[in-house]
Amino acid sequence: MITHYGYCDGSGEYYIVIDSDKCTGCGKCVQKCPQSALKLETEFIDLEDKTVAAISEEHRKKIRYTCDSCNPESNFTPCILACEAKAISCVWNTQ
Amino acid sequence: MSQPKEAEFWRWQEYHRIMPDKKWNNKDIITAGVDVGSVGSKAAIMVNGEAYSWGIIRTGSNSPESAKKALDYALEGTGLKVSDLKYIVGTGYGRVNVPMANKAITEIACHAKGANYIWGSSVRTVLDVGGQDIKAIRIDETGRVVSFLMNDKCAAGTGRGMEVFADLLQIPIEQIGEISLKVEKEPEPVSCTCVAFAKTEAMGLLRKGWTKEKVLAAYTRAMAVRMANLINRVGLEKELVITGGQSKNIGIVRRIETILGVKTLTMPNWREEGSLDPMVAGALGAASLARALYEKAQKG
Repeated sequence: MITHYGYCDGSGEYYIVIDSDKCTGCGKCVQKCPQSALKLETEFIDLEDKTVAAISEEHRKKIRYTCDSCNPESNFTPCILACEAKAISCVWNTQ
Repeated sequence: MSQPKEAEFWRWQEYHRIMPDKKWNNKDIITAGVDVGSVGSKAAIMVNGEAYSWGIIRTGSNSPESAKKALDYALEGTGLKVSDLKYIVGTGYGRVNVPMANKAITEIACHAKGANYIWGSSVRTVLDVGGQDIKAIRIDETGRVVSFLMNDKCAAGTGRGMEVFADLLQIPIEQIGEISLKVEKEPEPVSCTCVAFAKTEAMGLLRKGWTKEKVLAAYTRAMAVRMANLINRVGLEKELVITGGQSKNIGIVRRIETILGVKTLTMPNWREEGSLDPMVAGALGAASLARALYEKAQKG
């Protein structure tokens, strides 16, 4: 399951995209995130509860500002680089 | 002298329904889904995975109470009691506040499953327009979520936004879609869709001499553009369906179809007896997942 954390508003669109089918729940991205925006969460997939990485609730509605300093347009953020499973990507388009 | 009661144009109808020709007995697996939304609370009862009854009420300030009320409403006239329910799944914005639920599941998974139940396995994209958020969900033929996004940062285009507009223009919410289509030529979408500024925006246009229909068309158009963008972000794949309260807004539905160039699957006529209601998709999906979870637990 691919989850788009973030939003689009009048200024552009900002999403951190996490693929929970690929995510192993290792937590390396959580350790690397300089803003502490990532955490491990229980997700309900195929009638099972699986532990996967997620953007924490408090950061979802301000992700443009939370993630800005990691330069998400580049797609080389600490979380993306930390993920061996290649489960994380960014969609960052400022209008 | 008593003041005449002010008309409440935003108020939509609470109702409950029991599917005709459906019976239950004690051997059946009876499950429930309770979807406590930000604006509406919906509860659905399933017998062996088939929709049996449901109730829709307005969510109050107390989520557990709204959940209980919705469930009682769904059970009304069925002869069933809460204790007859084998498994209850809570979902929606207030899902953690459904005290009788065996499990809470996100509304994303429930809406996906519910759309799959209502329209069948050909559904691949679900747009759920709720009271306070908009979700675009891509699913597979079993109703499993493939990709999704949720926009809950802004109320523009949500059910609550539409309620505000209905009140401003003094048009009953249930007619807002039809009326927005009564324009000869589609106007440019409004530039500012913010619900907080809706009054300023609408008043400005009315003062310019726009008709109510035209103002509504321009606002609805802007909403539809936003929703189409969300759908394109998760990737549009046919068939497309719309769930949630705004699925009843024909003005939104027709405009999304025009913008995306695809037809949505035909909406069940929810006003008719024996017909399903896309507004209860989440609750039906929750009841369906409740059955699957119950069976899984029985197998051990």
